[in-house]
Amino acid sequence: MLTVLLILIPFIAGLIAFGLKGSGPKVLAVISSLATVATAIGAWCRLGTAPDSLSFTANWIPQLGSQFRVGLDGMGMMLCLLTAIAFLLVFIAIYNRNYESSNSFYGLLLLSQAGLTGVFTAYDALQFYIFWELALIPVYFLCSLWGGDKRIAVTFKFFVYTFLGSLLMLVGIIYLYTQNPDHSFSWESFTNLHLGADQQNWLFWLFFVAFAIKMPVFPFHTWQPDTYEQSPTPVTMILSGIMVKMGLFGVIRWLVPVLPEGVHMWADVAIVLSIIGIIYASCIAMVQSDLKRLIAYSSIAHIGLMSAAIFSHTEQGMQGVLLQMFNHGINIIGLWIIVEIIQQRFNIKNMDELGGIAQKAPRMAIFLVIISLANIGLPLTNGFVGEFLMFSGLFQYNHWFMAVAGLGIILAAVYTLNMIQKVMFGNANALTETTTDLQPAEVLALSLVVAIILILGVYPKPILDLVSNTTAVVLKF
Amino acid sequence: MNALISTALSGVVLMFVGLFARKQHIKFFAIAAIIIAFIANLAQYPSVELGGYTMFGMIEVTKFSIIFNAVAIGSTLLYFLLSGSEFEKVGEHVADYFALVFFILAGISLAATFSNLLMLFLAIEIMSIPQYILAGSDKKNLKSNEAALKYFLMGCFSTGVLLMGITLIYGSAGTFEIASLGLGAENVSPLALCGTILVAFALAFKVSAVPFHFWTPDVYDGSPTVFTSFMATVVKAGGFIAFVRLFHVGFGGGEISSHWMLLLAIITALTLVLGNFTAVFQQSVKRMLAYSSIAQAGFMMFAVIAMNLAAAQGIVLYAAAYSIATIGIFAVLLRLKDYTFEGFNGLAKKEPVLAFAVTVFLFSLAGIPVTAGFFAKYFVLAAAIQQGHLLWLVILAVLCAAISVYYYFRVIIAMYFKQGEPQVEPVSGGFKAGLIFTVILVLALGLFPNLLLCWL
Repeated sequence: MLTVLLILIPFIAGLIAFGLKGSGPKVLAVISSLATVATAIGAWCRLGTAPDSLSFTANWIPQLGSQFRVGLDGMGMMLCLLTAIAFLLVFIAIYNRNYESSNSFYGLLLLSQAGLTGVFTAYDALQFYIFWELALIPVYFLCSLWGGDKRIAVTFKFFVYTFLGSLLMLVGIIYLYTQNPDHSFSWESFTNLHLGADQQNWLFWLFFVAFAIKMPVFPFHTWQPDTYEQSPTPVTMILSGIMVKMGLFGVIRWLVPVLPEGVHMWADVAIVLSIIGIIYASCIAMVQSDLKRLIAYSSIAHIGLMSAAIFSHTEQGMQGVLLQMFNHGINIIGLWIIVEIIQQRFNIKNMDELGGIAQKAPRMAIFLVIISLANIGLPLTNGFVGEFLMFSGLFQYNHWFMAVAGLGIILAAVYTLNMIQKVMFGNANALTETTTDLQPAEVLALSLVVAIILILGVYPKPILDLVSNTTAVVLKF
Repeated sequence: MNALISTALSGVVLMFVGLFARKQHIKFFAIAAIIIAFIANLAQYPSVELGGYTMFGMIEVTKFSIIFNAVAIGSTLLYFLLSGSEFEKVGEHVADYFALVFFILAGISLAATFSNLLMLFLAIEIMSIPQYILAGSDKKNLKSNEAALKYFLMGCFSTGVLLMGITLIYGSAGTFEIASLGLGAENVSPLALCGTILVAFALAFKVSAVPFHFWTPDVYDGSPTVFTSFMATVVKAGGFIAFVRLFHVGFGGGEISSHWMLLLAIITALTLVLGNFTAVFQQSVKRMLAYSSIAQAGFMMFAVIAMNLAAAQGIVLYAAAYSIATIGIFAVLLRLKDYTFEGFNGLAKKEPVLAFAVTVFLFSLAGIPVTAGFFAKYFVLAAAIQQGHLLWLVILAVLCAAISVYYYFRVIIAMYFKQGEPQVEPVSGGFKAGLIFTVILVLALGLFPNLLLCWL
């Protein structure tokens, strides 16, 4: 039942938020996300002792053999935890902002949280598909209503792109269902299908395109930088922190176990695409002067590495991906929080016009430096452990792939340090002269981020232990 | 059977009501009559639950036909509730308009039950002739006259083709009974093949499948909007039920199916591509909905081609989902002065309930989950995938579905993300309640399609 609560709390809070006024919605959002974090931690404690108590099954469409089926394994738990923490961080960080018609803003955010949690807990393919779509719709409205000048065209492209991908996945799901003698959509029966190699060959692409668009992997990434740039920053946090994990999650939960031969057949192609994405996005990030676009491209590079590591199909690679999914979510949200602060204060995103903030706001500078270093993967930060494991997995698969992907680290250091230099250091100009340091709510959110970065950088074992059963299950296929 | 009798009788009664009742009150008589028809139709359900019965070799009542009639009559009830008051604005003869709608319903209930080619012909004609009149009911409007004439001429032509086809089939099979046609058990005679193709063309005309769709945009655009709303939804579904029934029962077995299947697959592909691409370029929401109805017909064609249980379930669900959503959108459109996309600008600020309802209906048309349209699309696609060799068509269909998002979302974008002063007639609380009820219906079918399917 705890799993159902994880979906229900934000869902109900979201519906209520639509009806509230003034500061009601944001208070409700914080309370709801605190409750969700508590529930998630409760579920984590139960996972070791009584895992069965976390799954819940109810009849849904008996004619189709589709059930409402939720459950948690290590990966699902980790992502639910990430979702809960991420939304809490977002709500704390934007606590002092005032949004126009804030009831709809918070309502839609909470609904998207419910949808995302639904994706991570679904064990029935049809239900998975439905949550997959549902998570998108609130985000579409959030971006289009509160976004930048070009928001309408940009978010529309984003929507059509992902919608097309998910429709292809739907065709794949229906095909698998028609091949299934059990007439069921359950994960177990799908993984027991053992289709022929020729079928898996083309089915792979139906699913991979859907997941690759969401991640995004080169060449399906073109929606991403524009959308990140145009969305209101809290939504960008959700998009880059959690929604892109849907793609990775889809590959690990559904693609690899259901179509193992297809994955085996196309692994090289998928890895090459991912690595092209790493290099390509890193190069573009180096010449970006727009802060939001820079982080967007750096995110493509990081996701590319994770995608490559999944397809390496090694234990270390998989553990690294699962750990990094969590870390990347936390780190990138930390970065966006700082971007949001900068944007609020100076109302510009162009890095060339900034500078010298460190003198006026030393705490902000410290936070940015720590989070950026974690994003590069410096030792003693959480990013290091995950990246190390992923590279080691990729190395076992193919030396050359690893060598090329490794260039990404160097490039990441170049553009990230360049960003810190331009934004924080140098001489203050007329714009940054008068700035003040962080507000308490922002300090709280960023301290939480940094605490997680440092703790998991030194002691990643809790997360690694949590996801190890998923790795074991996935590698069997 | 009850549906046929009750709708036909209601039609006759309503014509007389027009002599006595006031113009504003006729609507209530019509609503009462349709509720009676709805109940009478469902009352027959227990008697056919275990097996249908035939009458005189002419009609066959099954639970499938009863549920389809319930969907058609129920959608018409919603239509009366939401748009009934608009009938008075079209012209003087309000009672006649309502009566004509009832006659169309009688035709549809015949189309869902026929078991004889003669009855098929009657059903199609009873459905069509009142539509010619409704299309031209705005007598002083040139476009309405054009629509009526165009529809009538083209309709007559296709009726001729249908008759010709039926004649050829009779010549080959020696019977009108669709269950015992036995065409092409061993080899297909040219006579039977020609007949089948002619019938297919005629029915494709009625459901406005490409390349027999040319009348659709002009007729739908020219007719009074309130009647377009009915013609594009319930009537179209009625055409499809005849189509599905004839081809599944009459031409389903044997070698002949392989002949017409490819032909219909090509028609489906053309319908999907042309309907969707043309809808993208429309400037008027009414015309966009006309092309969208062609595009949606492409999806419903899947139910004809794929002959299995999922196809039968799919056509009922699709008919319900598509009719309810489109009737809802038209009901809101009728309250607007400006039918272009710009006319919707800023509607969400001014009338949030209307805008929300339209959004849900458009989601349903686009096939987004938790709306009825998703499961409708799901079932027709599943039917085609089960069929085996139609995968290319399914992939084409989902590409087209992605295109359809473009024109459906243009309305959402106009309502929510653009600024403007929409010209809306004042709407009553009852109308809003009706819309909310319709929204709940769409969502309920989207969450629990078995509410409808468990009866099939």
